[in-house]
Amino acid sequence: MATLSSTVTVNDPAAKGPKTGDGPGGTQPPVLGGGGGDRGGNGFPDYGQRLRRTRLGLLVGLIASTMVFVSFTSVYVMRRGLPTLDDRTGGYVHDWLQVSLPTGLLLVNTLLLVLSSITVELARRQITRQAALAPLQSIPGVSIGRERNYPWLGATLVLGLGFLTGQWMAWRELAGRGFYLATSPSSSMVYLLTATHAIHLAGGLLVLLYAGATGLLHRAVEGRRIVVDVTAWYWHFMAFVWIYVFALLEFVR
Amino acid sequence: MVAQDAHDPHGNNVHVHAAPTGFIRKYIFSLDHKVIGLQYYFLALSAVFVGMFLSLLMRIHMIWPTAVLPLVGEIKPETYLSLLTMHGTIMVFFVLTTAPQGGFGNYFLPIQIGAPDMAFPVLNMLSFWTTFIAFMVILAAFFVTGGAPLHGWTGYAPLSALPSAGPGEQLGADLWIASIAIFCVASLMGALNFITTVLDLRAKGMTMMRMPLTVWSWFVTAILGLLAFGVLLSAGILLLLDRNLGTSFYVPLVVVNGQIMGHKGGSPLLWQHLFWFFGHPEVYIAILPGMGVASQLLSTFSRKPIFGYKAMVYAIMGIGFLGFMVWGHHMFMSGMSPYSAFAFSIMTMAIGVPSAIKTFNWLGTIRGGRVRFQTPMLYAVGFVSLFVSGGLSGPFLAQPVLDIPLHDTAFVVGHFHLIMGVAAIFGMFGGTYYWFPKMFGRMMNERWGRIHFFLTLAGTYAIFMPMHYLGMAAQPRRYSQFTELAYLQPLIPLNRFMTYAAFVTIGAQFIFVINLFWSMFKGPKANDNPWQATTLEWTTATPPPHDNFGGRTPVVNHGPYEYSVPGAPKDYVMQTDPATVTAH
Amino acid sequence: MGLALLAIIWLITFFSTYFFVAKTWWLPHGASTAALFIDNQFALTYLLMGIIFVAAQGALGLFVWQYRDRAGAPKVEYSHGNTKLEVLWTVLTAVLFVGLNLMGSNVWARERFAPANPGSVPVEVTGMQFAWYFRYPGPDGKFGATSPKLMDPSAGSEAAVGLDTSDPAAKDDVVTGTMYLPVNREVDLRLRAVDVIHSFFVPNMRFKQDAVPGLEIHMHFTPTEVGDYEIACAELCGLGHYKMHGTLKVVSAEDFDKWLVAREAEKQ
Repeated sequence: MATLSSTVTVNDPAAKGPKTGDGPGGTQPPVLGGGGGDRGGNGFPDYGQRLRRTRLGLLVGLIASTMVFVSFTSVYVMRRGLPTLDDRTGGYVHDWLQVSLPTGLLLVNTLLLVLSSITVELARRQITRQAALAPLQSIPGVSIGRERNYPWLGATLVLGLGFLTGQWMAWRELAGRGFYLATSPSSSMVYLLTATHAIHLAGGLLVLLYAGATGLLHRAVEGRRIVVDVTAWYWHFMAFVWIYVFALLEFVR
Repeated sequence: MVAQDAHDPHGNNVHVHAAPTGFIRKYIFSLDHKVIGLQYYFLALSAVFVGMFLSLLMRIHMIWPTAVLPLVGEIKPETYLSLLTMHGTIMVFFVLTTAPQGGFGNYFLPIQIGAPDMAFPVLNMLSFWTTFIAFMVILAAFFVTGGAPLHGWTGYAPLSALPSAGPGEQLGADLWIASIAIFCVASLMGALNFITTVLDLRAKGMTMMRMPLTVWSWFVTAILGLLAFGVLLSAGILLLLDRNLGTSFYVPLVVVNGQIMGHKGGSPLLWQHLFWFFGHPEVYIAILPGMGVASQLLSTFSRKPIFGYKAMVYAIMGIGFLGFMVWGHHMFMSGMSPYSAFAFSIMTMAIGVPSAIKTFNWLGTIRGGRVRFQTPMLYAVGFVSLFVSGGLSGPFLAQPVLDIPLHDTAFVVGHFHLIMGVAAIFGMFGGTYYWFPKMFGRMMNERWGRIHFFLTLAGTYAIFMPMHYLGMAAQPRRYSQFTELAYLQPLIPLNRFMTYAAFVTIGAQFIFVINLFWSMFKGPKANDNPWQATTLEWTTATPPPHDNFGGRTPVVNHGPYEYSVPGAPKDYVMQTDPATVTAH
Repeated sequence: MGLALLAIIWLITFFSTYFFVAKTWWLPHGASTAALFIDNQFALTYLLMGIIFVAAQGALGLFVWQYRDRAGAPKVEYSHGNTKLEVLWTVLTAVLFVGLNLMGSNVWARERFAPANPGSVPVEVTGMQFAWYFRYPGPDGKFGATSPKLMDPSAGSEAAVGLDTSDPAAKDDVVTGTMYLPVNREVDLRLRAVDVIHSFFVPNMRFKQDAVPGLEIHMHFTPTEVGDYEIACAELCGLGHYKMHGTLKVVSAEDFDKWLVAREAEKQ
């Protein structure tokens, strides 16, 4: 009888060791070594390998996201320089309208985003230290002193939300100045580029929320560390993308 | 914390995730790459039958434009164009981009590199179901008011951007774009997984230059997808904005039926640039996995190492790289600068070089071997023949001056069908017959496999070779009928012949499907390595256990195509055989 | 089975090649100055690709039969390839392909890099769903203004292209549904499209160019034989794509002048 996949379960006495950190079993020392896959010799997850792999996955994914921004950039540059047929005169004209950007507001947003990049980096380093020290906490009689756990993650969330709110306010301001999505090719690009970036950032915010939630639910710190680490890099990348988009809109008018 | 080399086995490696229980986790939302691979495969199988049915209706209409068919009724000219659009879109995306990469790639890439699964199993599961949703969305286009769009799989603006430009261009076109956008996201997720898996999960001894050519082709295909699908997604977003929110990325001031549309200043060529920047790598995405399978099969069934493994790897990379530099050859007649056309045409001729290298190497693999003619080999040989035929019409189209008479004629349709619509499909057939024993523990029927092969080879040549003649005779493409132009009348008999050939060929595909499903349950049982092949999937149980290797991590000591090694005890050395067996 | 494979591959090759060589279905008669050069380049490409086609398919068929596994077959040549051979056929292929392309590029340059010669006949071709209109500038040699607001395909040719009759230059413009050209004189085409992309394709002239909305594209060709030639649309433009055709009538220079004068007279 054909089967789609085997239902063979693996019975290895070594696997009956302490449970991995996925369930409510508390933190366990990460075990080193491993072959293909990310499970170590005793059935413990190899967090080091998993972190590297997740970072690699992020890097690859960011290439895809970069291609979207590259596409939009080439549309921007091409459209800006494109001569279009003027139906009245029958000749070619350049019809690129300069958009009056609310630069002050956008600068404030940029500051918020840069600050949030700093706070997420602090969160990343904090949880890295926590993950490194976690094994020591299970050793009876050893105390590492209380480390103040600053709510860097929460701060990032707040700053990130602040940025998105500021972007929303910038769109309202643009509309107030008469620049809507379909007003002109240049205004279309402004909305398109900033909205694409905002959507990416919102995605990052959701993952940060998830990271915070798993922290509150006391999931294993090594697993949480991977989430925060990778999200922090993603966040830095998005901050960089924002500075790029802002510079493009501001200086390539 | 010291990070250890992922390729070091450390004692007994156990994939601790217990195999899933329960129907839903085992077969619906499975995280097992083997199940996901089969899900992709069967999605593509459904899609190909939809696509074939659409093409049959097209061919019937071309010859009998006024015929009233059972179930379908009369096919109006705009319906013909909708059939054409959906045929192309479904075949290119849901068959050619799905089965070779998502189907076989998902199933066999981890096994062939000695990994227990893909790097990100949850992402893998999501990428399949996102593809499935995309398929549902595009099928929905048939059923909404106005029906499916009529702008061709290439969706040129302004036709695709103006709801009033034709029937089917309202909601149907929006659904078409939405489906493609969803498909882009699914593909990007898949590409991410494939690339990370190849880079990070290879077993010990599985160096990049010991990977089977199938894995190389899946790897480079994933890189192409990673770079290309984002551009298509961007293009689709802009098209949705033009259609629904009044922007003018693609649409200049136009007048449709005496009505001025509310657009201004857009560039139809912008859509073409964005689309073809994706579209050309896409056709290499469609063919590279088939090339990988062909290499695998030719080597296995000739009992001979692939001729020029390194050159094959470089050729795959060369095709991938150059594939991003040639998109303008679809636009020679578009109004693009003739100087750009010249540059694109040189690059296009250049990409013929790695393709030729691969063909020479395939021939070199067979030559001097001891060829066994089981069904997978028949398809591999058919692949080479079809690739030669389809490829050689390329240098005609690559020259802008010859593109003048040939662009947008049946010549182009013949060219890409022979490669994508037949050779790539033969890659899938070959892969199916070859890997079937490993997936299902049984052999497919050889006799019916042969009958299917000969009928399909002859039938597809009968349909698509004449398209070259028709194209030279200036028969334009996407014409729903040939009743209006005097010079097309003498071409109708040949078109009729092709329609008859299509009936026979499509009928023959039922042989394949029946063989496939019947053999799953009633085929003769297969052992673990029925083809006496060397790559890692043949070292493990049939079907492979949940973690692929039953608790062990393979250690690789040989290259992938060590057949007929002098001094070896058998005429094949498996990749995991001890290093002492041969010097390689 | 090896023999069966050889047979089917060689048979397919034979039949395919036969119909190519016999020119059973072939390029239509060429009637422009470009046709000679394009057809020559086509013939060269076709000869070279034909040789490769027969050689490659022939070798494939031969090898699968010659190297079939059978009792008494020679031992397999264990080899990972031959680098010298790889380099050789790579270089040869590159030289062949790129060389072929460069040879055709002269013709391309002549057709497309330079504008029409002075003294050519100016004609504006406008494509719309689903007809072609041709506009001649008349004695003043200037095309009058057109306006999208004035476009009304149901009201005749001039209204279809949106001719602005208030423009003095437009008063002598002639708009027809049939294209007339004088033989042996270059035509300076101005291609426009009103709604979606169309493509102006005259097979006998070996001429094709997309007409793109928002662009005014200049192209040229020179008809060399009197006759009637069909025009087809070669870019999918909607449900009427298959019936968007026109007629090009190439006539003697005198007949052309007479025809134009008659059209001008009709306008009075």
